Amino acid sequence: MLMDAELILVTEGLTKEFAGFAAVGGVDLRVRRGTIHALIGPNGAGKTTCFNLLTKFLQPTSGRIVFKGEDITDKEPADVARLGLVRSFQISAVFPHMTVLENVRIALQRLKRGSSLDFWRSKSVLDEYNERSLELIADVGLSDYVHWNAVELPYGRKRALEIATTLALEPEMLLLDEPTAGMGHEDIARIADLIRRVAANRTVLMVEHNLSVVADLSDTITVLTRGRVLAEGDYATVSNNADVREAYMGTGHA
Amino acid sequence: MDTTPSLAVTGSRQPSALRRNGDMIFFAIMIVGLIVAPFFTYPLFLMQAMCFALFACAFNLLIGYVGLLSFGHALYFGWASYVCAYAAKGWGLTPELAILLGTLTAAVLGLVAGSLAIRRQGIYFAMITLALAQMMYFVALRAKFTGGEDGIQAVPRGYLFGLIDLRNTTAMYIVVLVIFLAGFFLIYRIIHSPFGEVLKAIRENEPRAISLGYRTERYKLIAFVLSASLAGLAGSTKAITLQIASLTDVNWPMSGEVVLMTLVGGLGTIFGPVVGAFVILFMQFKLSVVGEWVLVIQGVIFVTCVLLFRRGIVGEIAALFKR
Repeated sequence: MLMDAELILVTEGLTKEFAGFAAVGGVDLRVRRGTIHALIGPNGAGKTTCFNLLTKFLQPTSGRIVFKGEDITDKEPADVARLGLVRSFQISAVFPHMTVLENVRIALQRLKRGSSLDFWRSKSVLDEYNERSLELIADVGLSDYVHWNAVELPYGRKRALEIATTLALEPEMLLLDEPTAGMGHEDIARIADLIRRVAANRTVLMVEHNLSVVADLSDTITVLTRGRVLAEGDYATVSNNADVREAYMGTGHA
Repeated sequence: MDTTPSLAVTGSRQPSALRRNGDMIFFAIMIVGLIVAPFFTYPLFLMQAMCFALFACAFNLLIGYVGLLSFGHALYFGWASYVCAYAAKGWGLTPELAILLGTLTAAVLGLVAGSLAIRRQGIYFAMITLALAQMMYFVALRAKFTGGEDGIQAVPRGYLFGLIDLRNTTAMYIVVLVIFLAGFFLIYRIIHSPFGEVLKAIRENEPRAISLGYRTERYKLIAFVLSASLAGLAGSTKAITLQIASLTDVNWPMSGEVVLMTLVGGLGTIFGPVVGAFVILFMQFKLSVVGEWVLVIQGVIFVTCVLLFRRGIVGEIAALFKR
């Protein structure tokens, strides 16, 4: 049994029912601090619902969520983010008509100024965050696009911007929802590399369909089907599990 | 910031300093224009137009910068105008106190209506604001102090701070101009504040703003109350200037008119609502000879705008300059 201090995120019997149908039914997740943990499974397995529950965008029907030893089951989504559990979205979550710099800066603003409602101040006070924003932007390789509107960026760059924005919050734990979805080979390699780098000093939980990315990055893999945990372990364990091969990868190849 | 090497690569992009300069030039033109205009046209018309321009700017703060379409802004404009008129006439308060009281009324109404409406989005938000506004319209129709169908007429302009006689047109004009500019600059400041940056983020992608840790409902509520208060400031000033508060100010066509002004001028642009208000009022003024037909002409302009010039007058001009 793992010691509690090693676990950053724990769920007990996490359940979400929609009109009697259990999209997520009694999931016990245990994510160890400092690891990359992947959540995989066929379409409709409840992966994204799980993410929405963990970040409180959905309220669980039953079950408990504990983050850093604190029960967050009844917290607001904004408060969960403030505790250091920050998510990305399946479709790229940028602020389209704000520049790359403004996108990253709005996250720094929340970190440094909290929920300040100072509508009487000039926004030039935000300029002090420019330097740190530019560093974060350089980290994800977007230095050439600082003054572009996010909407003008190619898809892969948008995902990179989203990650830079998320990292600006210095979260202890990142939830990435299909970080490489819809990307070409080059972009996938770049993002995978980026995830590896940002995971060096934090915990990452990701939903991912690209199995080579999952195999490459993850310390632990949890396989979901029909809202339940089917198997858990490292890639070798999971990919040799007969149930997984049948339910997810299809028998005969793995 | 302008010395950052990365700017060299993206030199073709427009840094915000350029846009600020553009704004300053427009400010200067607007202020000079409003100072010399009374020598060429009716001051009363201009004062009325400034009140409506401020009303449209307040409305635009919500629709243009938070993405919330309120379809009940007449509530704040009209009720502020009633309270201000009553305070000036019934209680004999000085105009600045009457205007302050009207504005506060709008703020309180905005707080109540806003708390209910911001829980919903899109059409539901619009319908809640409309329903609340119509409820308060019927209260205004039935209540004693509003004078029902007659409204409150012959509101005294009074003496500003008990000293300056506002029956003097020049004095009144200066007061309205100062109020309009103060309101306008406040809105400009709100939009370009750290708070305004968060509003923009909420408009662009609210779930993402929440996931960054922003309690977005608080921001939306404060923006709603600010918008309602400024609409109230406009309504109160109108009541003193035109010396009347009536059902027209509080009924739903007024809520529609402010949408029209904002759209025609340019939604989400700083100067758009001002231009839109002046254009619409000028048209109503010039076309008063054709009577009810003015509504048909307005309708045609509205449809044309939405179909051909979606960015509105100012929006289209700004787009031309960017090219």
